[in-house]
Amino acid sequence: MAQRIAVDPITRIEGHLRIEAQLEGGRIAEAWSSSTSFRGIETILKGRDPRDAHHFTQRFCGVCTTVHSMASIRAVEDALKIQIPDNARLIRNLIMGIQNVQDHVIHFYHLHALDWVDIVSALSADPAKTAQIAQSISDWPNSSPEYFQQVRDRVAAFAGTGRLGPFQNAYWGHPAYKLPPEVNLIGVAHYLEALEWQKDVIRIHAILGSKNPHPQTFLVGGMAIPVDPDSQNALNADKLALIRKLLRKARTFVEQVYIPDLLAVAPAYLDWAGIGGGVGNYLSYGDFPMDNSPGTGSLFFPRGVIMGRDLANVQPMDEKKVSEYVTHSWYTYSKGDNAGLHPYEGETSHKYTGPRPPYEFLDTDGKYSWVKSPRYLDQPMEVGPLARVLVAYAKGVPEVKAAVDFVLGKLGAPASALFSTLGRTAARGVDCLVLAQKNEQWLDQLANNMGRGIYETFNKEKWDPATWPREAQGFGYHEAPRGALGHWIRIEHGKIANYQAVVPSTWNAGPRDPKGQPGPYEAALVGTPIADPQKPLEILRTIHSFDPCLACAVHVLDGTGTEIVKVRAL
Amino acid sequence: MMILVLGLGNTIMTDDGFGVRAVEALSSRYRFPGDVRLLDGGTLGLDLLPHLEEIDHLLIIDALEMQAPPGTVFRLEGDEVPRAFASKLSVHQMGVQDLLAVSELMGHLPRELVVWGVQPESIEMGTELTATATTALAPVIEGVVEELRKWGIECES
Repeated sequence: MAQRIAVDPITRIEGHLRIEAQLEGGRIAEAWSSSTSFRGIETILKGRDPRDAHHFTQRFCGVCTTVHSMASIRAVEDALKIQIPDNARLIRNLIMGIQNVQDHVIHFYHLHALDWVDIVSALSADPAKTAQIAQSISDWPNSSPEYFQQVRDRVAAFAGTGRLGPFQNAYWGHPAYKLPPEVNLIGVAHYLEALEWQKDVIRIHAILGSKNPHPQTFLVGGMAIPVDPDSQNALNADKLALIRKLLRKARTFVEQVYIPDLLAVAPAYLDWAGIGGGVGNYLSYGDFPMDNSPGTGSLFFPRGVIMGRDLANVQPMDEKKVSEYVTHSWYTYSKGDNAGLHPYEGETSHKYTGPRPPYEFLDTDGKYSWVKSPRYLDQPMEVGPLARVLVAYAKGVPEVKAAVDFVLGKLGAPASALFSTLGRTAARGVDCLVLAQKNEQWLDQLANNMGRGIYETFNKEKWDPATWPREAQGFGYHEAPRGALGHWIRIEHGKIANYQAVVPSTWNAGPRDPKGQPGPYEAALVGTPIADPQKPLEILRTIHSFDPCLACAVHVLDGTGTEIVKVRAL
Repeated sequence: MMILVLGLGNTIMTDDGFGVRAVEALSSRYRFPGDVRLLDGGTLGLDLLPHLEEIDHLLIIDALEMQAPPGTVFRLEGDEVPRAFASKLSVHQMGVQDLLAVSELMGHLPRELVVWGVQPESIEMGTELTATATTALAPVIEGVVEELRKWGIECES
């Protein structure tokens, strides 16, 4: 009997997600992704000074405080043809690089690992055996039997309080968990260590952003942070030395904990290298400029598009080929709801036609999501670390190629294994590792500039609106931790005339388009085996592999629509 | 004794930004001694964990979904707090609940925890609080100042 499953939010937190899936013969036959996102962004930005936009866009996303600032100031700089100084480029690379590193580690341990690592099983691990395994996979010093005994006791005591907090997940003991208790205990220990590690990593943002948790130094034309070896308030030699220490700490954890754990967990789940592939089209805007030449030719992660998994043929990316559809989204377009609009022409007139909550199922033949359907050349595109890494790998970026080949070699898997749920999770590790290493080079370059007396961080040539053209438009790109982020701005008479953001989760979580082509989440879930419809852990694995910016609850319904179980998902 | 006054919410979603606006108002109207920190926590979850370390008293200001008339002011303490967040009373309950649980797991849950909040009228897009929530700022600020006084802190205006 066909069964429908719904994954639904429990509260109105931003970007919440609902998945509906049709099960047939123990597998997902069809899936629908429905989500809310910020809407009416332009109503907040229209008429404002473009130089102020980033103060507002910073709050688009609750978790990534830097990414919408980055895309916003780049959009304005693109519109006004502003060249930023070399130091600003390097400071931005460091801010973006460390954001990616921190985000990926936290995503792995605090969100995604719990889909693979069974915390309850960890409580029955043998500390001595755990230590043996830990020492065999890494030189990381926290690996004694006493250490693992202590972690086990600490988690057991916490579990005994009945307030499991982030571990409050009913899926423990699920048959899809395959790891021995000892590997589960390593995962739990590093879950806790990652929290301690994060504190140091965040300090880098506090130094470069002047204020944590919300950075204040982004500025159209550069960065509002002076570089001066002789000033206490500026980015001086002492501060660079501190950043260097923290970057090394960040990198060591990635090299000695995150990557070894990834490689220890993956072999138990190699079947997931054949599950969750999805649309097979990948888009990367590219990021991390390597020099100050105009344009984006020098990006460390190159810009490009891969269609139909064809790694031999990376196509150039042209933002003009992006359009957004609302056929299945709760919006209307003045040209008709089957039209595709480029973000410069973007419209955000919302019109909710869905059922009044509480409801059983959405009308997936009609409109069923708050997210629009972005398409590139009318094709659905996956964005994120996998897309970024695939484009760089296919283009032969040496650091990326080496890291990918290392991971594939360790797992004994071919490159085609990357087109999967496991591949997505592994690619995030590769992205993290490469950037954790690259960050140190950008810091070296910044120190080198300072040594040569190059202190400039801000280009004020176009700061005065009197220097601007009457009309201008610009595209602000960014490879955020979750993937391709674009802001499009139109400026008229010194004010914002239109503003549209297409965020990574929109690309990945969007609904079907006018041709009925499913979005990346929807396509990736097709064929996924579900061992227990009451506990659809497998859905979470694939959706979490995209790193959705959201939390959700799981409601499972039987064929007659009766609710049989309600579980909070992490 | 370290005290953290933590304002939560999203300032581009009208009343959702109440906690942040309240912290802004507190910082502009009062001067606080060095052992009181005020923080705009936005909608961050675990990223706030480092800020909870060495904090003895935590005072959270947030928009709370309490099924009450908009603008109603609430004060929660002790067992009411986890229970309030557990039963989804805050629009940020995921983040706050997880944050408190993890800080307990890490062994630095503040000794005392008080939450001040308001029932929002709107959490749609918009950079300003509604008139209803704006009216609630004064009693909440007064309440927070009184709370700090009980903790031995005199705020200079």
